[in-house]
Amino acid sequence: MTFINYASREINCKIVYYGPGLCGKTTNLQYIYDSTAPQAKGKLISLATETDRTLFFDFMPLELGTVRGFKTRFHLYTVPGQVYYDASRKLILKGVDGVVFVADSQEERMDANLESLANLEENLESQGYNLKDLPYVLQLNKRDLPNIIPSQELTSELQRKGEPVYEAVAASGSGVFDTLKAVAKQVLTELRKS
Amino acid sequence: MMETAIIIQEHHFRRIKTVLERLCVECAARVVFLVDRDGQPIAFHGEVGNIDTTSFASLAAGNVAATNSMAKLIGEDGFPSVVHEGERESIFISVIGRSLLVVVFDERSTVGLVKLRSKKASHEISAILDEVGRDSLAMKSSEKMFFEDITDDDIESLFR
Repeated sequence: MTFINYASREINCKIVYYGPGLCGKTTNLQYIYDSTAPQAKGKLISLATETDRTLFFDFMPLELGTVRGFKTRFHLYTVPGQVYYDASRKLILKGVDGVVFVADSQEERMDANLESLANLEENLESQGYNLKDLPYVLQLNKRDLPNIIPSQELTSELQRKGEPVYEAVAASGSGVFDTLKAVAKQVLTELRKS
Repeated sequence: MMETAIIIQEHHFRRIKTVLERLCVECAARVVFLVDRDGQPIAFHGEVGNIDTTSFASLAAGNVAATNSMAKLIGEDGFPSVVHEGERESIFISVIGRSLLVVVFDERSTVGLVKLRSKKASHEISAILDEVGRDSLAMKSSEKMFFEDITDDDIESLFR
């Protein structure tokens, strides 16, 4: 839920990166964190296991600049991708303003993508949202690997509502900011409409 | 469907700050925060020092969300408050509707005192937040909502 503070003149929005385990959600955030000027970002908080798997969530606040005198701050979250952390995933979707689905382009991860996408739709519904009405972007990650499914095929399997689709290699940053920009724009446009 | 945005106006903010300021003194706290349940910081008062308030708010919300889910698993509706006691610093969190009142205190205070004073402050904050909710809805339907004036160029300018 967008939070607007007239006293501090701030707009706060929440964006959640969703997707199957090891698809690169945390890597997206890490790249954004590493490439953003210190004054525009807060700390990157990562609640992870000893083997660096996200346990609860990763979080970083990012200031994009001002719109009509209001600072726009995006709170970026990732969810844990592993199937058994479903209870945590539901919690993180509370109050969401926009979602990025990070798909793993590798052939062997197609089932995991489909399962995670179905899980996203189900968990959004349980929180009273409908994916069709939410700002939403699909990212096809790991495009640099050899055993990947062609983009068109992945898109036809995973695209839900004509949402923008971006190819990415999160580890090197390719497509990361395009994805963020697309979802942030939709969130702000939605705010204007609402 | 998007939920209605929460809009805190200056007069709400000043009143919330006054309650937090008084609570901070009354329970000899180090710092007192009001945080939205989704993790957005609303206001704080006290010695923030080098605490990263944005991260703190997000973690407090995650903490309460997790403990409430645990409550449901054991047949409780939720935990109205959560306490974390440390060697020097402790944290008391109470749930007020959609918001969380978080008190950080040290050996100058006690959990009992913090609980007692927080309860009274919670009622006052709850009344202000009810008003915030009503006013947010009213503002949404008001034609003066300034967000309608945001242009595509304004949005685009954020990404240049």
